[in-house]
Amino acid sequence: MQAPSLALSTATSQDTAPVVPALRFSQVDLTYPDGTVAVRDISLDVASGEFVAIVGPSGCGKSSLLRCASGLIAPTRGSVQVDLSHLGYVFQDSTLLPWRNVQQNVELLAQLRRIPKEERNELARSAIELVGLTGFERHHPRRLSGGMRMRVSLARSLTIDPRVFLFDEPFGALDEITRERLNDELLSVFQSKRFAALFVTHSIYEAVYLATRVVVMSSRPGRIVAEHVVPFSYPRTPEVRFSAEFSRVAGQISSDLREAIA
Amino acid sequence: MQLANPLVSRAVRSRSTVPVVRTSRRRRALVPPVAFFFVILGVWELISASLAGSRKFLLPPPQSVLIHGLLARDAYSQILPSFLRTAGLALGGLIVAMLAGMLVAAVMYRFSWLERAGFPYLVALQAVPVLAVAPLIAVILGYSYVAKGIVVVLIAFFPIPANFLLGLRSVDAGLEDLFRLQRTSWWTRFWRLAFPSALPQLFTSFRIAAGLAVIGAIVGEEFFQAGVPGLGMRLLQYLDQVEYNRLYGALILSSLLGIAFYSIFTWTSSRVLRSWHESAQVGR
Repeated sequence: MQAPSLALSTATSQDTAPVVPALRFSQVDLTYPDGTVAVRDISLDVASGEFVAIVGPSGCGKSSLLRCASGLIAPTRGSVQVDLSHLGYVFQDSTLLPWRNVQQNVELLAQLRRIPKEERNELARSAIELVGLTGFERHHPRRLSGGMRMRVSLARSLTIDPRVFLFDEPFGALDEITRERLNDELLSVFQSKRFAALFVTHSIYEAVYLATRVVVMSSRPGRIVAEHVVPFSYPRTPEVRFSAEFSRVAGQISSDLREAIA
Repeated sequence: MQLANPLVSRAVRSRSTVPVVRTSRRRRALVPPVAFFFVILGVWELISASLAGSRKFLLPPPQSVLIHGLLARDAYSQILPSFLRTAGLALGGLIVAMLAGMLVAAVMYRFSWLERAGFPYLVALQAVPVLAVAPLIAVILGYSYVAKGIVVVLIAFFPIPANFLLGLRSVDAGLEDLFRLQRTSWWTRFWRLAFPSALPQLFTSFRIAAGLAVIGAIVGEEFFQAGVPGLGMRLLQYLDQVEYNRLYGALILSSLLGIAFYSIFTWTSSRVLRSWHESAQVGR
């Protein structure tokens, strides 16, 4: 399968960073009903055209932070500012409806928003094309590979023209090769749509390869302990992974992460 | 070319030849049960032949049941309307049980306090022997068609809300989140997510209920021996009249009715779920 084209869509690309961030956490605390403190005092801004990756040990509340950002759970203290009407969210699992084929799955969000049939057909068609699944519209999820299912999931969110895009370890369950390919595809989608991305991952390499900024969180209660600006411009080619600069940044993040766990 | 690209050749094969493979496999799958059927007939014949003359009437040989019990003009003209009568009773009761069962499950799913309050009773009521309640039904409703229908509903009802509710409750949490993110109404989540997710369990419950409905219809007819005679009444009548050919004929028809009900729902279920659910993929 070919990576989707890099054609820039003029309608959605924003070259100038807006003053107000697309997503803002202000001193967010999150405590579960059982008293467990998931995250503490998180302040983080993500602007349009910015790709922020969060790395941290398991159970540090990274996913909870995303659920907070999406409004699925409310913060115990502090606030989250985000436009929920254009919020994309890709979960760890592809969360496709097994009884719907690819086309129908991609149309789901538009359908729930009562967008007329022709319009959502068209939205789905272009999203499917963007993730390189043209020709698979009539396939049911059961017949797709894990990587293809994640593509469908991505396409589904793209139909609502996300201004903020949350990713909860979307490629964690995939094999290395599929994962790298999906990273590249995600980057090219990001470059054409320029949304604000918040990407949770376990993989330092994935974080550095994708992000403009990498945020390191400590183990529970999760706090932001370090932030690294990634010095590479887009478009990035896979070769960037093997540069000395890449290793340097990844190494710093890795040592910060070790400190965060200790 | 087929060798060059295994993916393509597999796709092509799956389009063109799999149906053929499937039919021949299905045909092969039919061989053992058909063979076994003849074995049963043989054993039946043997037992029948071995019975002493005075007890021979207890088990007439298969061909005698077929000819005198089912195919003889006065036999089938009596048993066929009864068969249809019972089928109608079972189907009517089943439809009521299906609608009521789905409604109960949906309401309990909507109001979880109702589920907490009512579900234990749903389980407990299942344990009440319906025949013990039948005299009460007779007192209240008389020996009527409706009374028989109630017996069918009571026997067929319980698996439906129990299984359907289980299905509604086991909706994938991630999908639930996905729908919540779109700020969908409860009704939308039910209709677009929970209901289709629960279809496999719902169909399972229909299959179980369909078999039970036939049992309920015959039991109901045997208890309320009144009105237009169905298979249940014929069974008792033939027993009284020592019409054992017809008795076995009626028995066979009763079984066929149960099998037919069960098969209809198995078939419908695999049709509906074929494209997405694992249980529908395995040939049965």
